[in-house]
Amino acid sequence: MSPLKIKKGSSRHSAYDLRDPNADVIERHTLAVIVDNEAGVLARVIGLFSGRGYNIESLTVAEIDHLGHTSRITIVTTGTPAVIEQIKAQLGRIVPVHEVHDLTVEGACVERELALFKVAGEGDKRVEALRLADVFRANVVDSTLTSFTFEITGSPEKIDAFAELMRPLGLAEMARTGVAALARG
Amino acid sequence: MTQPRTGAQMIVQALKDQGVDVVFGYPGGAVLPIYDEIFLQNEIRHILVRHEQAAVHAAEGYARSTGKVGVALVTSGPGATNAVTGLTDALMDSIPIVVLSGQVPTFMIGNDAFQEADTVGITRPCTKHNWLVKDTASLSSTIHEAFHVARSGRPGPVLVDIPKDVQFASGSYTPKQKARTSHYQPKLKGDTAMIEQLADAIATAKRPIFYTGGGVINSGPAASQLLRELVEQTGFPITSTLMGLGAYPASGKNWLGMLGMHGLYEANLAMHGCDLMINVGARFDDRITGRVQDFSPKSKKAHIDIDPSSINKVIHVDMPIIGDVAHVLEDLLRIWKSKGRKTNAEAVAKWWDQINEWKKVDCLQYSNSETTIKPQYALERLEALTKGRDRYITTEVGQHQMWAAQYLGFDEPHRWMTSGGLGTMGYGQPAAMGVQIAHKDSLVINIAGEASWLMNMQEMGTMVQYHLPVKQFILNNERLGMVRQWQELLHGERYSQSWSEALPDFVKLAEAFGAKGIQCSDPKDLDDAIMEMLDYDGPVIFDCLVEKHENCLPMIPSGEPHNKMLLPNSSTKDAIAAPGAVLV
Repeated sequence: MSPLKIKKGSSRHSAYDLRDPNADVIERHTLAVIVDNEAGVLARVIGLFSGRGYNIESLTVAEIDHLGHTSRITIVTTGTPAVIEQIKAQLGRIVPVHEVHDLTVEGACVERELALFKVAGEGDKRVEALRLADVFRANVVDSTLTSFTFEITGSPEKIDAFAELMRPLGLAEMARTGVAALARG
Repeated sequence: MTQPRTGAQMIVQALKDQGVDVVFGYPGGAVLPIYDEIFLQNEIRHILVRHEQAAVHAAEGYARSTGKVGVALVTSGPGATNAVTGLTDALMDSIPIVVLSGQVPTFMIGNDAFQEADTVGITRPCTKHNWLVKDTASLSSTIHEAFHVARSGRPGPVLVDIPKDVQFASGSYTPKQKARTSHYQPKLKGDTAMIEQLADAIATAKRPIFYTGGGVINSGPAASQLLRELVEQTGFPITSTLMGLGAYPASGKNWLGMLGMHGLYEANLAMHGCDLMINVGARFDDRITGRVQDFSPKSKKAHIDIDPSSINKVIHVDMPIIGDVAHVLEDLLRIWKSKGRKTNAEAVAKWWDQINEWKKVDCLQYSNSETTIKPQYALERLEALTKGRDRYITTEVGQHQMWAAQYLGFDEPHRWMTSGGLGTMGYGQPAAMGVQIAHKDSLVINIAGEASWLMNMQEMGTMVQYHLPVKQFILNNERLGMVRQWQELLHGERYSQSWSEALPDFVKLAEAFGAKGIQCSDPKDLDDAIMEMLDYDGPVIFDCLVEKHENCLPMIPSGEPHNKMLLPNSSTKDAIAAPGAVLV
């Protein structure tokens, strides 16, 4: 790595390539992959990751253009700079893949994830859960006399933080969507 | 458009429109409608193989020797699963083939029907792309798209899975010209600025080398011509991978021979010591690089490849050029000539002096015998007796394959068909069949070991049926020679399961198939026996009994760099260190 240790935002596309391709530092990148929405396309992408031993931290997919039958797959992955470059190149080889964007290096981007939390508890714990949910701008989408279900959106870090707070307050179940991300501007 | 056609009719029409003249296949329940259409026409020839794996290898042999797309047709279930090895082989070696497989009717998919397999699921990782066609309306355009994907960019195998009800149903045919144009259009032209940079590097290089691969051959005849011109213009030495043999002539004055694990000493040392490496259509395979950390440590590296994922995958390069070899070489030559550039002739001459010193080691020497046929001798004689003939060579996999690459010379591309990436024993015989179908009057020889050869020996039936005069040149050492060699080097000479017991009498076997059998065990009889094989108009099995414990050298022991080669007559004891032992 360069002495600047710049990870995010530095790339081959910037004026100065500050990332050492041979460094063994592990980076986390968010990739957006635009694909034809055809049978088996998700299996091709996942099969590439498992077959070549790459990591998937999260993956979301949905059709984004009904007329053009294209879907957007958002993948959060980790690896050394060389591995990340290789992942992008390998994704680009898949025939129904139209575009591969590395949002982590292409400039600022917004990353959001949605999660549902079921928190069971009574008395003070229940009140505290509700109060913290308010702080985190989580919505109550279901409630019983002994539980709340919260809906929260935000960065993965925010959701992690909320989960840590809910754990001692009776966190019973959680579902996360994985990251959806767009470049800013 | 015109009157409706059945799916099966569309398939045959689409193949004709794609210029297909031969299909290698094997019928079964799920492809009967297609076979019925094949029966009713004469334009496309069907070659009935004896096993679906052989159909795919034959299509590969056809494709490699012609530059066209090879086609195989197999039934559902076991037909498709038998094709998997051939598909993987074609994927690893970038061979354009289209495999059509039958499938159970759409309404039965997922029910574990008779001869049902999830063919697109099974073949997804071993094809460049595959399709399950669920309605007849999209069938013809899918087949046209399949041919486009197979031959475009980095070529490769594709599979179209066609349920039986789709073959029976009617629809309108989409001609080739009107088929949906795919967004899949790989970039052919290289980046001009980077090509300029390479031209500058060529002008200043003191110890340059061209390292070429199968990409030159896949790019077409123009690429080989341009490569020859570039080598002529620069006077640089050139080496090639196993896959690229023939792109530059073995008789050419700048030829160093093959590089890599069993490559020539001078080629490997030149790779190790160069200051400019120009990789043209090769992929830094592990058989080439040896220990990656010590691979050609002092060189600037340029890499011309049509597949962006090949760049920086194994070796970091300084000048990546993504594009088709012929296009890039054309631009490079134009740029080179336009500015009247010159190489550093003095330094390059000194470099040649060094290389000529390495050549004096004579790394292909072997101790010949008066009484036993050495495999190297057998190939030297075969080379001498077939030189100048219209000759195509295929091989199986193992020692004989490496010896063939070392001792035979190829002056033209498309003349050498061998399983490089996957290393498929049983490849050579069916591949030779595909070559002979494409070049009916040429001499086609499959150089084999007896163990590899037995893996697809059933195809002798096909050769006899279609009068394919392929010569099976079997270097019979009654051993799995390469396995035995590694056991000698790595496992204390404990030869676990690496001998061929209960071998058939190959002469009688040939006769049983209706072919000719020849056996030879005396070096003095070898020339006459080879001539007898060459003069016979029909398929021949040549059982050449050779030295049983010959090692294939030179060799870069696994885990070692290029400059640590084992030469002939050097001790093989403890040649491979513990870290190298885990490598294959």
